[in-house]
Amino acid sequence: MYNILQMLEATAERVPEKCAMADPSTCLTFSELRDAAQSAGTWLIREGVRPRTAVAFYLEKSCRAWASMLGAVYAGGFYSVIDVRQPVGRVRDMYAALEPSVILTDAENATRAHELFDACDCTVAMVEDVIDGEVDTALLDAVRRQATDIDPLYVNFTSGSTGTPKGFVAPHRSVLDWAQVFTSTFGIDETDVMGNQAPFDFDATNKDVYSSLLTGATVQVIPRSYFSNPTQLMDYLCERKVTTLCWAVSAMCFVSIMGGFDYRVPTTVRRVLFSGEVMPPKQLRVWQRHLPEALYVNLYGPSEVTCNCTYHVVKRAYADDEVIPAGKAFANERVFLLDEHDCEVSGAGATGEVCVSGSCLVMGYLGAHDRTAKAFMQNPTNTRWLEPMYRTGDLARYDENGDLVYVSRKDHQIKHLGQRIELGDIEAAAHAVDGVERACCLYDAARKRLVLCYVGSVERKELKELLRERLPQYMVPNNTRKLDEMPLSKNGKIDRAALAELARIRR
Amino acid sequence: MNITLDDVIEMLEDIQEDVDYEECVTLIDDGVLDSFDILAIVSAADDEFDVTIPAKEITPENFNSAEALCALLNRLSDED
Repeated sequence: MYNILQMLEATAERVPEKCAMADPSTCLTFSELRDAAQSAGTWLIREGVRPRTAVAFYLEKSCRAWASMLGAVYAGGFYSVIDVRQPVGRVRDMYAALEPSVILTDAENATRAHELFDACDCTVAMVEDVIDGEVDTALLDAVRRQATDIDPLYVNFTSGSTGTPKGFVAPHRSVLDWAQVFTSTFGIDETDVMGNQAPFDFDATNKDVYSSLLTGATVQVIPRSYFSNPTQLMDYLCERKVTTLCWAVSAMCFVSIMGGFDYRVPTTVRRVLFSGEVMPPKQLRVWQRHLPEALYVNLYGPSEVTCNCTYHVVKRAYADDEVIPAGKAFANERVFLLDEHDCEVSGAGATGEVCVSGSCLVMGYLGAHDRTAKAFMQNPTNTRWLEPMYRTGDLARYDENGDLVYVSRKDHQIKHLGQRIELGDIEAAAHAVDGVERACCLYDAARKRLVLCYVGSVERKELKELLRERLPQYMVPNNTRKLDEMPLSKNGKIDRAALAELARIRR
Repeated sequence: MNITLDDVIEMLEDIQEDVDYEECVTLIDDGVLDSFDILAIVSAADDEFDVTIPAKEITPENFNSAEALCALLNRLSDED
C-alpha cells in the first residue's frame, strides 16, 4: 500500500454495510464514506485543487467532516483542520502557511468562515454541498496514478516559540506504517468501537480514524461538549458500546475526578490507551478499580513521529510517587537517547534526549526550513548512510527493565490540557503588546495554571484582553501578575526560579 | 454551613480570573469555563467547602453562573 485511500477502499469492499463512523446525529457505512469522499474529491479537483496542495477545514468534527477530509486526499491534496476556537490572528497565520485554494466548513461555522476568508483568494464551501455529488472515476484515477507515499496527507499545527504556529507535514507513508503497527500491537479489529475524544486538528485522531479504515472498526465521535458533562459522556460510551479509548490523560482525569464511574460504568470498554501528559497514578487507579479487566497502555511520543513512538502496558497499580514508564519502541521505530555530546546513552539511570528515526518521521514544518533543520537532522551516530532523525526535546532515562522513563523537557515547552505549549510563544505574544517591557510565563504544574508575570505600564485586564485576541484559549494565562521589577540572574537573564518563588508556583 | 456568593466568586476568581462572575449566566454555554475549569471547580469545592459534587450534578445549568453554583454547593452541603 502506498496511499491511505487503499485502506478505505479495501475495507469498503470487504464490509460495505458496516458503520465506519457515527456521531450523535449521523452514521456513515464504509461504502457511504468511500462514496462521499469520492464525491468530495471530484468536486475539489473541479474546483481547482492540485496534487500536494492544502484543503483547509474550518468546522466541528463530524462524520461529514471526515468524509470531506478524505475527499481532499482523493483530490491528491492534504487536509488541515483549523480549530474554530482559535483567535483570528492565529487562523490567519495558519491560512498563510497552508495557502489553500478551498476551505470547507459546516452549517454552524459558515457565517464565520465567510467573514474570515471571503477576502482571501480561495473558495469557501460547505461539506454538505460537496459530498453528495457525482463521482468522476477517470479524474480520481488520474490523480492516484501520479501519487507517491511521500505526498503530504495532513498538516497539524502546534505551538512554536517564535509566536507563529508550527505546521508539521505528515506523509501517507508514516500513517500507513503506523496504522499497521498500532492495530496489530493492540489487536484492534473489526469488532472494535473507538470512542473518539481527540479533536480532528490533532494527530491523536489517527488512532481512531486510521485504525477504523484499516481494520473495519467503528468510530464513535464524542462531541467536545460531552467533556463538560460527565453523565452525558458516560451514557454515550455505554449506549454506543465503545470498546477502545485512545484518550488524552486530561480527558481520563475528567471522568475519574468527576465521579463518572459512580454514575455509570461503560463495561464494554476493553482497552484504554492514554497519552499527552504524565498520567497521575491516583487517577489511573480509579479506572483500574472500575474497569479491572481492561488493558491499560501508556503511550509516549510527539506528533513529529506520527502519534506515538513508545508504549508500556500497565500491569499493576502504581503508587502516587511512582512514574508509569513510557516503555519500549513500537515495531519499526528506532528510539534512542543521546547525551549532550551526541553519544548514545545506554544502561539504567543515565539521562539523555529522546531521538527517533524511521518511517514514522514527518517531513518537517511547512514553509519553515530553519525550524525543520533544528529538529530534523542526520542521526549523528550514523556516519555511513542517510538516516534522518528527530530530536524530541524530551529528556528521559532507562529503568532497570530497559524501559524508557520520561524525565522532563530540555526547553520551556510544557503540556497543558494535553496541548503542547512553548512558554516562549505566550511571552512573545505578551511582548508584542504596547506597554509590556518584559514578560515571563511560568507553569504551575501542581495546579495546572499558566502564570504570566510582566513589567510594564499596561494594565492587567487590558493585557489579558489583548492576549485573548492573539492566543488560543488554552494558551491564555490563567493568572497574570504585574511586577515592579523582574528578578534577574547575575548575567541579566530572568531568574525563573526566583520568579517562581515570588509567584508561589509549585513546579 | 452557609456558603456565600462571595465565597464562590472568590473560588472562581482563583480558577479563571477576569470574568464577570456576578453578571455572567452562560459560563458553560459560551465556553468561558472549559472542561478543565470544571475539574478545578469540583476539586476546589471539595478542598475549600468540603462538598463533593457527584457526576449527575455536573450539568451546564449548575455551572452556568456563580449563583447557580452557589445554590448547588449549599444544597449539597445541607444534604451531607
